[in-house]
Amino acid sequence: MADLWTGYLWPAIFIVLQIVAILVPLLIAVAYLTYAERKVIAGMQLRRGPNVVGPFGLLQPLADGIKLLFKETILPAGSNRIVFVLAPMVTFVLALVAWAVIPFGPNQVIADINVGVLYLFAISSLGVYGIIMAGWASNSKYPFLGACRSAAQMVSYEVSMGFVIVSVVLCAGTLNLTGIVEAQQNLWFAIPLLPMFVIFFISILAETNRTPFDLPEGESELVAGYFVEYSSMTFALFFLGEYANMILLSAITAVLFLGGWMPPLWIPPFTWVPGEIWLALKIAAVLFVFIWVRATLPRYRYDQLMRLGWKVFLPVSLGWVVLTAGVLVTFDLLPQ
Amino acid sequence: MVVQALCFYLFSAVAIASAVMVISSRNPVHSVLFLILAFFNAAGLFVLMGAEFLGMILVVVYLGAVTVLFLFVVMMLNINVAEMRQGFLQYLPIGATVGLILLVELFMVLGGWAISPEAAQVAQVPTPPPEQVSNTAALGNVLYTKYVYLFQASGIVLLVAMIGAIVLTLRTRTGVRRQNLREQSFRTRDESVEVKKVQSGSGV
Amino acid sequence: MESLLIEYLPILIFFGIAIGLALAMVGASYVVARQSPDPEKDSAYECGFEAFDDARSRFDVRFYLVSILFIIFDLEVAFLFPWAVSLSEIGVFGFWSMVVFLGILTIGFIYEWKKGALEWE
Repeated sequence: MADLWTGYLWPAIFIVLQIVAILVPLLIAVAYLTYAERKVIAGMQLRRGPNVVGPFGLLQPLADGIKLLFKETILPAGSNRIVFVLAPMVTFVLALVAWAVIPFGPNQVIADINVGVLYLFAISSLGVYGIIMAGWASNSKYPFLGACRSAAQMVSYEVSMGFVIVSVVLCAGTLNLTGIVEAQQNLWFAIPLLPMFVIFFISILAETNRTPFDLPEGESELVAGYFVEYSSMTFALFFLGEYANMILLSAITAVLFLGGWMPPLWIPPFTWVPGEIWLALKIAAVLFVFIWVRATLPRYRYDQLMRLGWKVFLPVSLGWVVLTAGVLVTFDLLPQ
Repeated sequence: MVVQALCFYLFSAVAIASAVMVISSRNPVHSVLFLILAFFNAAGLFVLMGAEFLGMILVVVYLGAVTVLFLFVVMMLNINVAEMRQGFLQYLPIGATVGLILLVELFMVLGGWAISPEAAQVAQVPTPPPEQVSNTAALGNVLYTKYVYLFQASGIVLLVAMIGAIVLTLRTRTGVRRQNLREQSFRTRDESVEVKKVQSGSGV
Repeated sequence: MESLLIEYLPILIFFGIAIGLALAMVGASYVVARQSPDPEKDSAYECGFEAFDDARSRFDVRFYLVSILFIIFDLEVAFLFPWAVSLSEIGVFGFWSMVVFLGILTIGFIYEWKKGALEWE
């Protein structure tokens, strides 16, 4: 009996506690990201943003959540019910499980797997299913069009994302995320791989269907895209999943290019701050750019979007992979 | 070990059950969704065998790309289910024959290895233990050097697939207006704007 | 082997917790909120009109083409990952072997570009 406890149950409980320790801050962060987005955009447009519920409107996300909880879940008559309810769950679950491999500090990661980057790439390539399923199951025109656009857009930008990740792996010599962060001890990859960093950032805007790539949701033509028919908690799951995805992709950007938990300089005032705080600050900085872009840029047209993905990003990132590898091989700079 | 065994039975049971649902569900879209589940569990089985790279690549390529295509095709062709059903019995003998042939071939390959262990050694390079070399690196160490011809052959297969896809599906529509970036950027004031002197009171 | 699998256990548990959380959220809303379906409420949204026809219509062949091309490039990425990891091991020969592979696929890429497969209007 004691064996059962020490062998299985305590480790399991420990893992569950670790997961809860990530999920709770994450969900709070998602809630306050929606708040931050409204506040920041309001600031950029000389408005006030939410300021009624609680001090400075700080309880607004909570109020929104509770409101959504008490709404009726509408299942459209012509819809395919099981798939319809499953779709937001897929989006939500995928946005959460990817966090298992994100390192928060040296040895502070839930699952330190050898192929961490591939796991993230795999999970993000599954993200398209939630959207396609929602679009198809709704049996309504706007969601269907939104889902088609969204799927084609996401797969188009995933290719260049793959090449960008390969170039990071070339510089780090490992697929393990902790290893990738540690390879940036002296120099963040954003500097030698600057063009790839830019391509990656723009691609994650497209992956998360954010402006200027928000055609799948384009409210002026498709109402809200693939989640027109959703209400109540199914809608909330989509919403949470999308914002959790934004935070996740910002975290991936920080880990791959901005040195993860590492301070920018290894000198005293910076090294006093713990690694988790640095990671959080970097994530927040990337998220701010997400919101800034939304407040600033108009929407792309679909042919321009496809051209950017296939005719600009794909050749440039592929060429840069070969160039990086060539430079590393010729000057014998490859990591062992 | 117990956990590992439990995971194995969980993954394989779900994989088999969803594989059965793929061929038996009435709605083709449901079939594809069950196919996704089957692939996902197969990836879990790969990881369980220690082949983490293959497991992840199975998810990236089969789930992230191939099944998306299936889903596109099935969803958008809007296949009539009743019509599909009618052909089921008619194709059953052919399908069963193909399946049987594949099964016999599998047995022959595996049985051949069992009868002559030397053949198996020729076919595979010694696998380094996973504690020393991660299996991504182990794969990379041989794929591009020892098996370079097979690797290049796969490149040619992909090239053929790319060209084939374009030849089969590309239809250029006439009468559509495309954006020509070069033309647009090199437009000068002289070609596009004309200043006319208009006499007042007479109109253009 | 064992240590490799131990690292995957948290991911499995994470999946379990995330699925449970999603089910709990949808389920809670079902329990707390008053459900009163009505044919008008449940009909597909089409800006107030009755639905004109079936939403699941046939679609532009271009979307298939995009996903086929995506499969091919995704495979290319899949081939690049082990190469990137073990480039220091396989050295110059491995590098050129990959350059030839990418060269073959670039021919295809140029072909599709020239054919206009990447054009949208």
